[in-house]
This record gives sequence, C-alpha cells and structure tokens, in this order.
Amino acid sequence: MAKLMPKRRLENIGLGITGACVALVAIVVIALIFMVAQQGLTTFFVDGIDPIEFLTGQHWIPEQDTYGALPMIVGSFAVTLLSTLFALPIAIGSAMFVVEVAPGFGKRVFQPFIELLVGIPSVVYGVLGLYIINSLMRSIFGEAAGTGAGILSGAIVLAVMILPTITTLSIDALRAVPNQYREGSYALGCTRWQTIWHVVLKSALPSLMTAVILGMTRAFGETLAVQMVIGGVERSMPSGLLDPASTLTAALTAGLSNATSGSVYYHALWSLGLILLAMSLVFILIIHLIGKKGAKDNG
Amino acid sequence: MANRDLTAHVKRIGSQDKIATGILTAIVAVVMALVVAIIAYIIVRGGGRALTPGFLTNTPTDDILPGIVYQLWDSFYLLLVTLVISVPISLGAAIFLVEYAPDNWITSAASTAIETLSSLPSIVVGMFGSLFFVVTLGWGISILAGACALTMFNIPILVRTIQQALEDVPRSQRDAALAMGLTRWETTLNVLLPAAMPAIVTGIVISAGRVFGEAAALIFTAGSAPARLNFANPFNFASPTCPFNIFRPACSLAVYIWRLTSEPTEGSTEIVWGTACVLIVCVLLFNLLARVLGKFLARRLTAE
Repeated sequence: MAKLMPKRRLENIGLGITGACVALVAIVVIALIFMVAQQGLTTFFVDGIDPIEFLTGQHWIPEQDTYGALPMIVGSFAVTLLSTLFALPIAIGSAMFVVEVAPGFGKRVFQPFIELLVGIPSVVYGVLGLYIINSLMRSIFGEAAGTGAGILSGAIVLAVMILPTITTLSIDALRAVPNQYREGSYALGCTRWQTIWHVVLKSALPSLMTAVILGMTRAFGETLAVQMVIGGVERSMPSGLLDPASTLTAALTAGLSNATSGSVYYHALWSLGLILLAMSLVFILIIHLIGKKGAKDNG
Repeated sequence: MANRDLTAHVKRIGSQDKIATGILTAIVAVVMALVVAIIAYIIVRGGGRALTPGFLTNTPTDDILPGIVYQLWDSFYLLLVTLVISVPISLGAAIFLVEYAPDNWITSAASTAIETLSSLPSIVVGMFGSLFFVVTLGWGISILAGACALTMFNIPILVRTIQQALEDVPRSQRDAALAMGLTRWETTLNVLLPAAMPAIVTGIVISAGRVFGEAAALIFTAGSAPARLNFANPFNFASPTCPFNIFRPACSLAVYIWRLTSEPTEGSTEIVWGTACVLIVCVLLFNLLARVLGKFLARRLTAE
C-alpha cells in the first residue's frame, strides 16, 4: 500500500495541473462574456439609451449623441451573406472535384494549396482589397463606385477569406459520406454527377450546413480586412452595394482609439461588441442544433 | 419507342455528367490560379522593396529608406511570448479533455468555452484585452497584454490540434501502458506525448503562422505606435527602449501595415507592399517549417 500511494499522488498532480489549465481557459471566457455584457449594458442601464432605439436607429453620430446601430448591423449582415453567396458555389464545387473526381490530386496538391490561403493574414487581404479590388470597382462601375470602397468590395475580399474555411470543411463533409452509398448509386446505373447530386450531396447536407455557418461566423467577425475596404461610413444607412458603409467590427476598430473610457460613446462601442458576441453565440447554437438534428436523422 | 427514349435519356445524363465534370474542373483551376495570383502578386509587388538592402535593418524613422527592423523584432518577440504562454496551457487543457475529462457537464461546459473562444471575433478579444489586461490588471499597453490577447486567439486552435494528435495515438499503446501499471499521467508523459509529438509540433508551428499575422487583437493591447528600440543595450529591462522589456508597447508587422493604410503618408504605399511581402514570406516559411519539422520528427521517433 505504501508503495502505491505516490502513484495515486502522481495521478492527482496530473489531474490538478491539466484541470487547472482547462479551468483557466473557462474562467477567461466567462470573464470576457461578463465584462463585455457589463460594459455593453451600461449604455442602456446607466447612460439611459433605449435599447430598441439603439438597435433600430438609422444614424450613428457620436458628436450629436445619436447612437443607432442599424447601419452597422445591416452592413455586417450584408457583407456576410454576400460573401457566403460568392464563396459557396466555388467551395462546394471544389470539394466535389476533390472528393469525387480526383481524390489523389485533391489530397496531395489542392488541399495544401488552399491551406496557403488560410495562412495569409487579414491585413494583407485588406491591402489587396484596398489597392486592387477598390480600383477594379472604380474601373468597372465608374462614377457610381466613388472611391471603390463599399459593401461589394468588402464582400469580395471576405469571400476569398472564407473560401478555404468552407472548402476544407466541405471536403471533410463529403469524405465522411459512406462509400456504400456511392457504390449503391453506381450499381443502379447512375452517372457520377447523378451520384454526387442526388446521393452524396443529400447525405452530407447537415455537415455542409455546418461548414457554411462556420464560414459565416468567420465573415461576420472578420475585422481589419473589411475595415480597410468598406469605407467606414456609419453615420447613415447604406443605400446600395457600391455605397461606402461600415460593419460592427469596422466601427469598433475605428472608434475605440478615439473614445475616452467611461464616456457614453465608449459604452456604445461596447454595446456593438456585445452584439458581435451575441451573434457568435447564436452561430455556435445553430451549429449545435444542426449537429443534434443530424445525429437524430441518422439514428 | 420506349427503347429510343432510353437511349436519349442515357445520352442526356451522359452529357450532363461530362458538363458537370468540366465545370468542377474549371472551378478548381480558377481557385488554384487565384491562390497563385494572390501570392505571386504580393511577392512581385513588394519583393523589390523588401529586398532593397536596408529595408529589413533600418529604423522606421530613417530619412533615406524607412525600414521595418523594430516591427520585425516586435513581431517575433510577441510570437515568442505568446507561444510561451499558450503552449503549456493548451497542452494541459488538451490532455485533460482527452485523457481525464469525466463525462459530465463540467467537461462539456469547458469544451463549449473553448469553442466560444474560437468563434469570437478577434476585435472582441482585443477589446476585452484592452480593458482587462491593460486597465484592470494594470499592465498598460504592453507586449504582455498583447501576448495574452493573442493567447486567447491561439488557444482554441492549439487545443484542437493537440487533442486531435493525442486521439490519433493508437488505442493499443495507451492500453499497453495502462496494463503495465502506469498511471494515466505517466502514460501521457511517457507514451502519448512522444508518440503525438510530430503532430503537436506541426500544429504549434502552423498556429504560429496565424498568430504572426494577427493584428486586430493587438491594436488596443500592444499598441500601434512604432516602438523605439535600443539594441545596443538590451539588458536594461525596465527601459522602454529595451527590446526584451515585456511591459513596453510594441507594433507588429501586421499592425504596422494597418496603421500605414489608415494614416497614409508620403511614400507609405511602397512600405506597405514591402511589409506585406515580408509578412507573407514569413507565413509561408512557417508553413514550410511545419511540414519539414513534422516529417523530420516523425522519422526520428519512428526509427527508434
């Protein structure tokens, strides 16, 4: 027995050290949520701004104490949805090619290639967008594009940024489809395209949806690249895709350095942060619900 | 009649199949061309400036050729401090989740917390850091605060890769070690970690590449003002010009690019492209290093 005790102590030390690491991470996350909520809610409870007005107000003019977050909320959703729309067909198409048409090429060449895109820092995408996409917009749309900065430019840059995320996850999703499904379909005389379209895509649908949501999460939270190309106009609602606009993240980046801590403006910015936080929690919830539903459908 | 229809149908689905394959091939070709174009453009556009002698070694205030030596140093130093903080924590957390985690609400709460962290926008992490690390803990705008913010951004990536690496160790190795009477802790240290080491090291280097280019979390924690460093006297740790001082503000390459594009000055466009080129080359080198190191370690550990 005496010899066994140190072993048990060793086990407890291991459990203690690793458990402490997990606890630390959890505490930091809880502290973050708590702090953002506390600062963000101060706007409504202490500074007396009506939350409904904050969410639906169409003008964000801090100098006049007008805080309406709708332009940024609309901006964020617009770039997120547009970029997903651009990236989705390309991502799913490449995933189909990689998994169904040329698996060897996909694993050896295509996947390392697309992973290079993940590694490119967000500011570099911003620089590319600022100097290339924006001037492209100017030469395509002429006067209507203004400086070229706007929702469309932001969405194009974001589409390239979320392309690798959606592609990689879609590849995993399609690969996870059991081979018997394909063989069954081929045995019935279906062509490869029929198999992909009617069998593989259908059975991978829940995982594909997860891939899309994760891509949207990334687009929604992306900061500097968007801020550099979208123009940063949060005073009023954007009226078109070529209009300079702003997103929640862009407004935060631009505003936080000017706001003095403790001011109404500062708290209003934290409220924007709170909206961002709430949205990323919603995205996580959606992913969990899809996962649960998928598990239920497959028994 | 029916026979004719069938032939037509077969023909139709056959050509549909060919068209679809053609479109898919075209999509993949376009994506690969896009990747090559992006990287080639940055390297060609900024390469000239990046290779100009002095760009990597001059100070940003140099009159003739402003360089990026401070930013380059700060980027690597921030990365080092971040890894020193985040690797042990991620390793511990991953080991707990794979080896010890009891199947209860605490574990699922912990993994939900890590998942939440991974989907948080980096600017929210930066905001939190600017209040918690900078003000509440009183570190000021500093490398330490920046590294902690980067750690929050890095932990979910690292935990996931390390978890994956540990789970990929064959079940039989774990069972054998436990059957010999080793505790789980000894099994982890002596059997699982060495076996998973190549994958872990690869994961760390890849995450280093991501951290290296991150800027949004740094602007309000480590600052965006270019530091003035004094490399001649590196051991006066309290001095704000000491390169190793972790309580001084710092400006990384990525933050520097952001700052120059939001406040353009005379000739800053060239510096932006040059810096972007240096940044991309560093990230690509991290990618390459991850592959080479992973292969080398795998051969080393399996040969024995």
